[in-house]
Amino acid sequence: MNDLYLIYKNMTRKPLRLFLTCFAIFIAFLIFGAVTTLKSALDAGIDLAADNRLVVVNKINFTQPLPIAYAQKVAAVDGVENVTYANWFGGYYQEPRNQIVAMAVEPESWLQVYEREIVLSPERRAAWLGNRQGVIVGESLAQRLGWKIGDRVPVSSSIFSHKDGGHTWDFVVEGIFTGSDPQHDTNSMYLHFKYFMETQSFGGEWIGWITLTTADAAQNQRIADAIDDGFANSQAETDTSTEEAFSKAFIEQIGNIGLIIFGVVFMAFFTILILVGNTMALAVRERTGEIAVLKTLGFPAPRIFKMVLTESLLIALIGGLAGLGAAWLIIEGAKGTMAQFLPNLMLDSGIALQALLFMLLLGLITGLLPALNALRLNIVTAFNRG
Amino acid sequence: MSQDVLFQLNGVSKSFVKGKEKISIFDDLNMTIERGDFLAIMGPSGSGKTTLLNMLGGVDQPSGGEIWFDGARIDSLSEGELTRWRAHNIGFIFQFYNLMPMLNAARNVELPLLLTKLSKTQRRANVETALTLVGLSDRAKHMPSEMSGGQQQRVAIARAIVSDPKLILCDEPTGDLDRETADEILEMLQLLNREHGKTIVMVTHDPAAARYASQTLYLDKGKFVQREVAA
Repeated sequence: MNDLYLIYKNMTRKPLRLFLTCFAIFIAFLIFGAVTTLKSALDAGIDLAADNRLVVVNKINFTQPLPIAYAQKVAAVDGVENVTYANWFGGYYQEPRNQIVAMAVEPESWLQVYEREIVLSPERRAAWLGNRQGVIVGESLAQRLGWKIGDRVPVSSSIFSHKDGGHTWDFVVEGIFTGSDPQHDTNSMYLHFKYFMETQSFGGEWIGWITLTTADAAQNQRIADAIDDGFANSQAETDTSTEEAFSKAFIEQIGNIGLIIFGVVFMAFFTILILVGNTMALAVRERTGEIAVLKTLGFPAPRIFKMVLTESLLIALIGGLAGLGAAWLIIEGAKGTMAQFLPNLMLDSGIALQALLFMLLLGLITGLLPALNALRLNIVTAFNRG
Repeated sequence: MSQDVLFQLNGVSKSFVKGKEKISIFDDLNMTIERGDFLAIMGPSGSGKTTLLNMLGGVDQPSGGEIWFDGARIDSLSEGELTRWRAHNIGFIFQFYNLMPMLNAARNVELPLLLTKLSKTQRRANVETALTLVGLSDRAKHMPSEMSGGQQQRVAIARAIVSDPKLILCDEPTGDLDRETADEILEMLQLLNREHGKTIVMVTHDPAAARYASQTLYLDKGKFVQREVAA
């Protein structure tokens, strides 16, 4: 027998209470793990955004198009290095539930602007540029759909219709790209803008947005102002922002995720803090006589303090680690179906460490007061009370 | 101080403040306990018996005077030092046994040994000896809830003697037991005193219990009023 055995026996003396306390902590860390991972996945795009890339969209909102001629005007602004443009295709494969992040892009300039995010061999690059019906597909997407180079793939659009009356385009997979960073999203597909414009039935020379790189990130604001000023009072006024701000604004359409997470986690933690704190205080109060006996037998007060605090920490760790483990299982299970929307959905070591820190904090806060009470317990008073 | 003297109280006083009133429990109390004594302390409720026992056990400090134990003064020790002193020198037996309900008999007896440097094997051997001495070697794995009051008190006695303390303090050890069981417990204490030389101080209300002691001191209003030595 040692102190750990005594702690274990004290912890397990009321199994139902232990289970309910651990379960409350389990729920808190399940929520924490799942929601923090979701936020991290949503923020991944923001974190990976290049600081010298700007995005130009219609000032009304980014779903409204811009005239294609704007691309040339943007390229002429002082300080702009490379310019490319794209249009959302709204693709799906075979069934609408198999959504594909597909964009019609100007290939050469797109590969130039996104050289870090799209890594292709020179042969594949040449093959794509040489075939107007060709597409390049991200590694994750190709794996998910089982596509290989040379495959002819029918991809439908939920927005546009083909000139022949249907909604499906036949493309040839000319390249499968990776990213230079493992966090880069490879769940997308790019097709030739010109081919798309020539074959879609809506007509017109419209683009969804323009992406440009600047020679110096310090000049971003001046360049953004110059672009927006240049299109002021035109048929389509623009709103230019950094890629990071654009990604952030896109995510915030769903809501202020950070605030939601803070709210949910804070509420859950506060409730559980009170609950666990109350349970620990009650558990130690019930043991007043036993603590007095231990002290009488010669157990030093600091040793009893440590035992109570360790018990509280263990309860927080048992519930917390189980909750975090459950969150990991849920996320791993959801990864497959969510891959096209949240390619970076992953409960990483950073989140796990953060959760571990919160578990320790929870254990310390809830155990501190009962442990102090045990530390200060006067033997004579305790026996008189009992 | 004689070699035979284990405890000596010189002019000990104890008082506490309740509201604006200062209540004195003892004033100038003197007492000597020799090695091998089996001393019973009797007296009416509120006479200071338990307070005296608490001071002898180092769980309460006097307001004045000196307490000497085995040649060393203990009334000036800090709380931490007193805790260590208790672990090495005193065995306690309570009225309501005060066993840990989540530990079996053997584990309860082993508790004081966690404060020593004995190995696991040595601890197990000591526990076995103590339980055999109180006649409960076959109940080692039983939980307190599975034992009678008398058996629980015997486990408490085993816990009090397992670390071989110099003094055993008993606070109404038979107060919660029927006459027959009480006699068994008292016989056991007598055996520990006579056969194993243990010094025992027992606080009791029960004159029948006091008869097992080698001498009885009567305490009233904080003063020893009578002393009886067994024939």
